[in-house]
Amino acid sequence: MSALRILVPVKRVIDYAVKPRVNKTQTGVETAGVKHSMNPFDELSVEESVRIREKKRAPGGVEDICVFNAGPPKAQDVLRTAMAMGADRAIHVEVKEGEDLEPLTVAKLLKAAAEQQKSNLVILGKQSIDDDANQTGQMLAGLLGWPQATQASKVEFGDGDTVSVTREVDGGVETVRAKLPMVITTDLRLNEPRYASLPNIMKAKKKPLEKKTLADFGITAEKRLKVLKVTEPPARQGGGKVEDVDGLISKLKELGAV
Amino acid sequence: MISAGRRVFSALARPTLRNATTTPAFAAGSPAALRRLLSALAILEQRDGKLNTGSLSAISAAQKLGGSVHGFVAGSNIKPVAEEAAKVEGVEKIIAVDNGAYDKGLPENYAPLLVENIKKGGYTHVVAGNTAFGKNVMPRLAALLDSQQISDITAIENDKTFVRPIYAGNAIATVESSDAVKVITVRGTAFPAAKVGSGSAAVEEGVDPKAESATEWVSEDLAKSDRPDLATASKVVSGGRGLKSKEDFDRIMMPLADSLGAAVGASRAAVDSGYADNSLQVGQTGKVVAPELYMAVGISGAIQHLAGMKDSKVIAAINKDPDAPIFQVADVGLVGDLFEKVPELTEKLKKA
Repeated sequence: MSALRILVPVKRVIDYAVKPRVNKTQTGVETAGVKHSMNPFDELSVEESVRIREKKRAPGGVEDICVFNAGPPKAQDVLRTAMAMGADRAIHVEVKEGEDLEPLTVAKLLKAAAEQQKSNLVILGKQSIDDDANQTGQMLAGLLGWPQATQASKVEFGDGDTVSVTREVDGGVETVRAKLPMVITTDLRLNEPRYASLPNIMKAKKKPLEKKTLADFGITAEKRLKVLKVTEPPARQGGGKVEDVDGLISKLKELGAV
Repeated sequence: MISAGRRVFSALARPTLRNATTTPAFAAGSPAALRRLLSALAILEQRDGKLNTGSLSAISAAQKLGGSVHGFVAGSNIKPVAEEAAKVEGVEKIIAVDNGAYDKGLPENYAPLLVENIKKGGYTHVVAGNTAFGKNVMPRLAALLDSQQISDITAIENDKTFVRPIYAGNAIATVESSDAVKVITVRGTAFPAAKVGSGSAAVEEGVDPKAESATEWVSEDLAKSDRPDLATASKVVSGGRGLKSKEDFDRIMMPLADSLGAAVGASRAAVDSGYADNSLQVGQTGKVVAPELYMAVGISGAIQHLAGMKDSKVIAAINKDPDAPIFQVADVGLVGDLFEKVPELTEKLKKA
């Protein structure tokens, strides 16, 4: 049974509670001075990795949990957060502020990283809440030729490097089984991420954070998609309130909804 | 002019080399010439020999591209499904692969299967619904084709320009793709399902590379319901945290749904609290719905929930908090205790 070497890619995004505003030039959303944090689905990945170790769920044990980010200098914050949650070390691939990598590029970068770090399990969030693409994990599995289990709500380890994953699918759940090495992406119901305690935040400052560049992995940041414009969605106008149930029914009839 | 087929092949054969020759969008030339260049493969889902009508929105999206449209189905005993798909209007051909290994839509063998059939057909566009299957398989396919997928599109401007929501629908991005083969998933509520009518497409056997899947399918547990399917229902009643418990959720919401003939949905809060099954979740991380009527009961209206329902035609809200954000988007709102108001509404709707 192989010991797990887990790679956990994390992304820094605008905090989920902030309502994003489209910028004046219609090239993207306003990011300056806006609260950022770790993509919620990535918190689940970090939490799951740490729990696999704490609860001794994998027969071969967990040898290493390495968190990985490609992003602007400020993205180091989310790597420190992940280490405060229990990851062992971090790799930061610095890219220029405002230069977002497309999922395909990130997948290629992660393939190189997984090979370099000898990872046998990559746990990613199912999607980032900024681009909402839901692609990177699947692309990575395709490039590596590894099995994939997306939208995981339960991960169980068996003998002989087998992993059973319960997936959230339309209409319910399904369970699939594969052998390491593999790629898993997280769904919301996988776990409840912990808060990093102050002592752990202090300890995380001493954990190793390696700085790298795209070139170190032989990757260039090319763009296949050109963003022509980003606009506000058409606003809905609230139609006001009614006094009682009868008012509600007559309004619905008036709108032709019942 | 390199043929579309060759272009695809070279993109496959040399994934490291970008091929800069993409078809100019609507270049000067006759529409017929354009049609020859543009060809879309719509991936159709099937389950137990039944065509998933939700995936028919992939065909209507593919038709908007302006070229020829072929459909693709795979699975065991595929003939009846292929014949049904052949009746869908506007489809020239159905590519069918008869092999039970594809029944569960495992990406490890389904993606290579698609690669071979795309290579053979020389398609410029591959389109699937943004369903659990589409989300799982298509990005893996895109990586194998060295193509940057465009997810969950809501509109098509031309053969390379697409519109998609980002930031949970708080912003709308228009993107232009330079990939030789464009891999696209479509938002089902933005493209009506193509009609199964009097079409008579030819059914052709596809290529079966018989790739091994390293992943095996073990089991499934699907929620059974005789109510309309949430993703495609014309009316949806949705319950939130305000329902307090699973018993209350069932006692209050189900009769309301039945009085309207509606599907039942739930907010993430209600699902996380265990009031409702997670397959009912409406929102950015659940299902996106756009029914004629969406009735939100005990739902405050968080960003991520609005992302999943704000394109509904009419939104009604019942909530005891007059300042709940849901009232800002609701066409009609009623402030009150849902435990009183909903049963009263259910009774009155039954009589109406």
